[in-house]
Amino acid sequence: MATRTWQRPSKGWWDRPAGRWAIGITIVVYLVIALQAIDINFARIARGWARLFEVGVGTQTEVVGQKIGEILRGLGESLAMAVIATPLGILLAIPIGFGAAHNVSTKWVYYICRSITVLSRGFHEIVIAILLVKMVGFGPLAGVLTLAIATVGFYGKLFAEAIEESDGSVREAVQASGAGWLQQMVFGIIPQVKPRMIGLGLYRLDINVRESTVIGVVGAGGIGATLETTFDRYEYVASAVILALIIGLVFALEAGAGWIRRRYL
Amino acid sequence: MPILKITGLEKKYATGDLALRGVDLSIDAGEIVAIIGPSGAGKSSLIRCVNRLVEPTAGSIEIDGIDVVSLSGSQLREQRSRIGMIFQSFALVDRLSVMENVLCGALSRTGFWASWFRKFAEGDVDRALTLLEKVGLSDHVNKRADALSGGQRQRVGIARALLQKPLLLLADEPTASLDPKTSKEVMTILRELVTEEGLTTIVNLHDVPLAKACATRIVGLSAGKVVFDGPPSELTEAVWETIYGEPEMAG
Amino acid sequence: MMKTWQKRNRGEAIRSWIGWMIFIIALSAAWAPIARETQWEFLPTAPREGIDLLSRMFPPKWSIFPTLLKPLMDTIHIATLGTGLAVVLAFPLCWLAAGNTTPHKSLRYLALFIIASSRSISSFIWAFVFVMIVGPGMLAGILAIAVRSVGFMAKLSYEAIEEIAPEPVEALEAMGASRAQVRAFSILPQVVPAMLGICVFRWDINVRESAVIGYVGGGGLGLLLNSAINALYWREACLILLLVFALVLISEAVSAKLRARIAEW
Repeated sequence: MATRTWQRPSKGWWDRPAGRWAIGITIVVYLVIALQAIDINFARIARGWARLFEVGVGTQTEVVGQKIGEILRGLGESLAMAVIATPLGILLAIPIGFGAAHNVSTKWVYYICRSITVLSRGFHEIVIAILLVKMVGFGPLAGVLTLAIATVGFYGKLFAEAIEESDGSVREAVQASGAGWLQQMVFGIIPQVKPRMIGLGLYRLDINVRESTVIGVVGAGGIGATLETTFDRYEYVASAVILALIIGLVFALEAGAGWIRRRYL
Repeated sequence: MPILKITGLEKKYATGDLALRGVDLSIDAGEIVAIIGPSGAGKSSLIRCVNRLVEPTAGSIEIDGIDVVSLSGSQLREQRSRIGMIFQSFALVDRLSVMENVLCGALSRTGFWASWFRKFAEGDVDRALTLLEKVGLSDHVNKRADALSGGQRQRVGIARALLQKPLLLLADEPTASLDPKTSKEVMTILRELVTEEGLTTIVNLHDVPLAKACATRIVGLSAGKVVFDGPPSELTEAVWETIYGEPEMAG
Repeated sequence: MMKTWQKRNRGEAIRSWIGWMIFIIALSAAWAPIARETQWEFLPTAPREGIDLLSRMFPPKWSIFPTLLKPLMDTIHIATLGTGLAVVLAFPLCWLAAGNTTPHKSLRYLALFIIASSRSISSFIWAFVFVMIVGPGMLAGILAIAVRSVGFMAKLSYEAIEEIAPEPVEALEAMGASRAQVRAFSILPQVVPAMLGICVFRWDINVRESAVIGYVGGGGLGLLLNSAINALYWREACLILLLVFALVLISEAVSAKLRARIAEW
């Protein structure tokens, strides 16, 4: 008997030679089109590099010395904005989350709450910040409101999903004992989703701290404005110090969040 | 000359557990040895020391005259390629097909890119198909491994181990995840195949009647020591008690 | 004696009480600088400002729509090329960072540090860095999106690598397969769906970010948004925002569909 052979059967059109070629060619064509759109200005890149080395390191470190108070104040304000905005946003997101979970909500409430989360997530923090700065003026209050609104969409959606994934039989058991809707939620749903609620809250705090360092660019408080100035003036040592401090802050926060998860979850 | 010679084998885990306390064992070519004993007796540690999935603390292990304990790197890999292993949890790659799982047995003699493009040697492919026929999985060659039942998955594991053309076959509780009927079927296939190939086999079993039915020699392990070593016929009630510390259950 | 029931034992009650106290102290500490820096006199006029803003935004100026198509494409290019570049960088990084596949401990810590730094800084700040070096434009946006995404993708990927079933890996090691073969045959098949899902997920996030990254010099729609707002052309800004919103919704729907397909594959 001749030796038998075996070939791995293809898993779909994309796994056959023709399909692979088609995918490869598509990628190459796309890259050609997209890279043409970029329009790279090599002269500007060379100038950018050159300017990085123009300003002496001595002057650079002086700038850090002059600005260190401003930097720390800005960083503290960023952190403060996130600390206030996260619980505020979650507080608003919890009722919306219940409304946006189809298994515990009614049709109209569901659509309204879903729309709120979609609307909130459809706009980037920076856009929300621009509009809020126009409304309440420059300063950290606009930042707090921005982060809170962004938190509502994020937390509301994921909280609603957690509720939808929860075990319905627990709630039915509570319902069978004659409990009203609110009691069903408190005894049948919340105990199940509580670890997820805390986890999501910590995750969002993390995101809010990062975003709080940006929205200052449009005047919504925090370190953002100071940071932008250092970049505009090529004070790159000061920029690097700020970036390092932000990284350190996020590191510390992550360590803290890990500690809370281990202790309370 | 024995094919496997273990002397003074000790294993102490980082937790301080002393799993093996001086095991001496000599196995000749073609023997089918069943290792029995209560949970925690060190059966799994013993078998895993042989292919160094567990690092022995003291003692020596010689396979075909080569000291396994001192090997490292590519020498260890080469030695391992000559030892087949069957796992309790089957250890198949779920998302690969049955055939790909079996062909994993030929990886050690196939270059990386050849294996990446699934260009295995003709002889290996042919033997893999033959083995799948023998374990009764001809109709499932291109199915994904996670589409099979437990018994079928273990039969893939057997075919994979045999494709290695090993010198020695280790089976670590091959039936512990299976129901009694399937266990018997799988052990029957395993025994038939190793007998046919004259393959030296060491199999851990917690099911003593099954061990008696399949093995040519039984080794009783208790608290990290060999307490019985002999043919199945010598495994009497008294011996049972020294291994398990309690009389055989009636029925 | 009557038996009483308490929800928590004493230790837990104290721990929970301490937790709440820390929370309240953190909130008040954070509120102080925000209250100080906020110009409260603007707050009462906020609703009026909001309505005023809306009245100036509507109806959107549909006539500029054709001029938005090129920036719209640019935005998609920034997201796609940025994601693609990040994939190329993140793929090797995640193998170095995963505890079970790293070649050496020191390499693992280096990889983890790169990942954490990339993740700590938001795309907008990375955009500042690249605008400074290569000048404003799409290239800065692409690099910023890529550098931010590397950490995100590598983190989720290395976590997926660490969570694989170890048995098949052990089995392949036990039969003498080489390191590369063990990775290709037992680890990669287990993590490929997760990695694809991560790429699609990040692409979706990147569309959201690249739609506005032009605001700080990264090219795409954000660039136009910036100039429209600076010139107080609110009706144009409105149309851009609507377009961004639609783009985000579509990319999210596409991403959700694709990820569902990948998950069941």
